[in-house]
Amino acid sequence: MAEPLLEVKGLKVRFATEDGIVRAVDGVDFQLERGKVLGIVGESGSGKSVTAMTLLGLTRGQNAAFEGEVIYKGQDLLWMPESRLRDVRGNEIAMIFQDPMTSLNPVYRIGYQIVEAIVEHESISKKQAKRRAIDLLKQVGIPNASERIDTYPHELSGGMRQRVMIALALSSNPDIVIADEPTTALDVTIQAQILALLDNLRAEFDSAVILITHDLGVVASIAHDILVMYAGRVVEAGPKRELFYDPQMPYTWGLLGSIPRLDRPKQEKLHSITGSPPSLINAPRGCKFRPRCPHVFDRCIEEPELLNRVQAPDHLDRCWLSLDDKRRLRDETIAREASIA
Amino acid sequence: MGAFIVRRLLGMIAVMFVVSFLVFVIFIKIPGGDPASRMAGKNPLPQNITNIRKQWGFDKPFYVQYVRMMQKTANGLVPGKHGQYDVLRSFDTRQDVAHEIKRGIPATMSLCIGAAIIWLFFGTLVGVISAVFAGRFSDRAITTAALIGVSMPVFWLGLVLRFFLAEKPNDPLFPDGGYVGLTDNPVEWAHHLILPWFCLSILFIGFYGRVLRSNMLDVMNEDYVRTAKAKGLGPKRVLLKHVLRNSMIPIVTLFALDFAAVLGGGAILTETVFDLKGVGWYAAQSVGGLDLPPIMGVTLYGAFFIVFFSAIVDIFYVWLDPRIRPS
Repeated sequence: MAEPLLEVKGLKVRFATEDGIVRAVDGVDFQLERGKVLGIVGESGSGKSVTAMTLLGLTRGQNAAFEGEVIYKGQDLLWMPESRLRDVRGNEIAMIFQDPMTSLNPVYRIGYQIVEAIVEHESISKKQAKRRAIDLLKQVGIPNASERIDTYPHELSGGMRQRVMIALALSSNPDIVIADEPTTALDVTIQAQILALLDNLRAEFDSAVILITHDLGVVASIAHDILVMYAGRVVEAGPKRELFYDPQMPYTWGLLGSIPRLDRPKQEKLHSITGSPPSLINAPRGCKFRPRCPHVFDRCIEEPELLNRVQAPDHLDRCWLSLDDKRRLRDETIAREASIA
Repeated sequence: MGAFIVRRLLGMIAVMFVVSFLVFVIFIKIPGGDPASRMAGKNPLPQNITNIRKQWGFDKPFYVQYVRMMQKTANGLVPGKHGQYDVLRSFDTRQDVAHEIKRGIPATMSLCIGAAIIWLFFGTLVGVISAVFAGRFSDRAITTAALIGVSMPVFWLGLVLRFFLAEKPNDPLFPDGGYVGLTDNPVEWAHHLILPWFCLSILFIGFYGRVLRSNMLDVMNEDYVRTAKAKGLGPKRVLLKHVLRNSMIPIVTLFALDFAAVLGGGAILTETVFDLKGVGWYAAQSVGGLDLPPIMGVTLYGAFFIVFFSAIVDIFYVWLDPRIRPS
């Protein structure tokens, strides 16, 4: 395996609130290689956005506490002083946010906002930076880039604004782009365009992408590896094919089952996972998915480690069920769904 | 732009009409408001009052009186000496109202412009500091100080300051009220105005600081501020370029209207406490004497500033917030 670009080990993030300590991220490990797309999937509140923002130190604050390591080029970003971390932010690791409607400052022209990022990290003139901004806007597919550069965010559509956000993220040719739900706020047709754009630019700029989403359909299209997060921890991780064709966690089965499928007969009701995610203040003992899991048994009260339990080498999960039980239960579940249909 | 100015001018005329009419109607309806009996002095003969009524036109229907008064007001706006015109004159002193207001303008302008600069600067400073250190000791200390500032009425604070800093000491730090023209003696001008500036601005500093603090705390949670941080910008740049700029938009409206109000004679208390013979002081004198023409004059003068500055704000807004800009 090649030297990883980014390595996260035992990351924990806790926030002190009035109601108690929220364990927003409770043990996340992963590695990211150059040129790869890592998909992080999970429900709202599973800790995926907090994980992403923590990589850039954006969750730092008086009431936040951290544990673990975030190794990038031999340095630990988690404990790096703010002033040095600023050189990494936007320069070597850039971020694209969920809602392009609110993520750009409404009172500045888009060109100004891109130029501002470029001159922060490089000693070039504003004129050169502006020329580069125009090139970037062209690369992300904005027509009339040299005119559009002088528009304000409210004059652009949502898809165009997300393209601007991508141009902004790529402005300093970063090694890693973190895209936090980049297509959630967009129309379905625009979603596909933005994902294709992101994937092309990744290849062109030779950067790695962390794609955060709650939509398995989104990661299915461009991710190489997938992490499934639940209640602040990784519950299953592996290459995309493994995860889609041999999912080990009942939670992953639930996620896969809740995607509407065109290739299956139409069901009365779309499958959903019953219950809601546990409180991150008083999480259940043992497996965090236990209260919602239809296949729970006595061993689930014990804490499951994230281990390789199948033959495939990079496929990790946190489920106590034996391999035979998993296969059987999964096939039964699928068979039942087919018969309901 | 042309249409905007025309619309604003029409609006201004409408506002001035409504304001002047209301002032007029209220005045003739209040008890003791009859100018003739006041002008006739103590224990007048009924005949005297009737004569005065006739002479001044108080026997005419009220709308005729209103129109006459507006005509006289308009005459008063003609520049130069008003000898040959029938202008708006005080019932009590027969002085030309327009001239009296003009005489008060230098003192009022000096007070208001100076105080406005002080309160805008310190209000912003207080807001920024307490937002940046929100929840910590410096925020609480400043917030408490601002609350004390807001809670001190000008007539009390002004008198206390005047007493302890100007009247009581043998070697007083400040002159005991009054106004010296800027062109006559700039040093004395400032020396006379320091206490009034302080008194007038302290209230606004506290208020603006509170408003700006809460605006900034809201803006700090905006997504675009997170974007600015994720770009790697330094904290100062994020604060000044991204947070403050967006937080100042509501402050601009407040400022323009408050500034217009004090400029238009709203600093009545400060001017009275410190014997600054400005427009506000003149207004106070006239209200005390139930003297309609000066009240009318000062009211219209004040209404003019309010409408004028709200138009300026609208233009300034366009610069501050491009979303308002017509495409």
